[in-house]
Amino acid sequence: MSDKVLTPPEHVEPVVFTRDQLDWLPWLEPMAEQDLSARHMAALVDAARAKSPYFRLLARDPEVLEARTRTDKDIFYNPEAGLPRAERELAAAATSRFNGCIYCASVHARFAATYSKRVEDVDRLLAKGVDADLDARWNAIVAASVALTSTPIAFGPEHIDRLREVGLDDAAIVDVINAASFFNWANRLMLSLGEPSATGAAASR
Amino acid sequence: MADVIDTLANIAPDSPLDRVRAQRPQARVHAQATYDSLFKPASEGDASKRERFAIALFVARLHGQQEIARHYGSFLEGDAALQEAVRTAAAAAEAKGPYGQYPEGPLSAEDTPGPAHRIAAPVREQLGSRLAAALEHTHMLVFHPRDASPPHLQALIDAGWSVTGIVVISQLVAFLSYQIRVVSGLRVLKARSA
Repeated sequence: MSDKVLTPPEHVEPVVFTRDQLDWLPWLEPMAEQDLSARHMAALVDAARAKSPYFRLLARDPEVLEARTRTDKDIFYNPEAGLPRAERELAAAATSRFNGCIYCASVHARFAATYSKRVEDVDRLLAKGVDADLDARWNAIVAASVALTSTPIAFGPEHIDRLREVGLDDAAIVDVINAASFFNWANRLMLSLGEPSATGAAASR
Repeated sequence: MADVIDTLANIAPDSPLDRVRAQRPQARVHAQATYDSLFKPASEGDASKRERFAIALFVARLHGQQEIARHYGSFLEGDAALQEAVRTAAAAAEAKGPYGQYPEGPLSAEDTPGPAHRIAAPVREQLGSRLAAALEHTHMLVFHPRDASPPHLQALIDAGWSVTGIVVISQLVAFLSYQIRVVSGLRVLKARSA
């Protein structure tokens, strides 16, 4: 195996935040599909992810990839109690908007819009950024996500109070904490191992 | 083995937050599994445990998280010189994030430029060029990840990191960015619920 940095093929670089489907082009060589063992396939969790260069790159450390993916799925897909899916996706989109991950923001803005049906509010978040005025409940979720994403972390008791005022119980608040924190994980991988492209077909988270 | 997030956030068994966390059992188990895989790796060929704990200590210090830094520093107890070098490097590397540039276009108005951190020569010598390169990359990942570009990865390869090793560094810093935020958030929630 030759260790080198890849030069992505010619592509159109997205220069705005968007809900459009984007591609993701790796800067390091993913594993080849034919080299994926049963262990690697288990680590991908969904067999369809063998088509994704992002997941095949992360498959170089299969134990960590599998644990990452199962953490992700429970935080966002577990329907038991807590925050509605739309608002977990809102926290993910706001975190990605604030960190500047155009790729991650596109995926989770799409999910937030689909599950909430509030397309205009989601688009305002993408266009204006994390200070966009959405409504009291969404503003509180976005502000909490942003405070948690800042380094040093700026999340304090005032964010808990504000989330409670707009109706979140502790299970829902923990979902905000988990979703925003998880996107501090995901954003750093997507931003630093490759780049988005406006051309071609879709990848996944 | 104890759940590290519960330990660091001081969540006792059967406490209210323990029961809330239990509603996301897979997230809890697999955050712990990520920690175990990163710090008790099956192979150290691409990144040694010593390197992994040094990076973790650096990330915790950059976040100003003393207790979490003590946790990771405790695994380097026999290596006082390395701990000291990482602490010195971190003290010189403080910043506020996230900052960085966007691709040229409408988002350029939101560019918030900031430094690409370089570790000073004496500390670099103590760390060695391979670990120094990893910590410079770590600083970028912590504070200004949107500035990442292929030359950052080339610098790691030039310093002796394999492609798999770069994936490990990326997962390490990204996971810690998650873990530190979950712990911080749970601590605030716990204090507000007392």
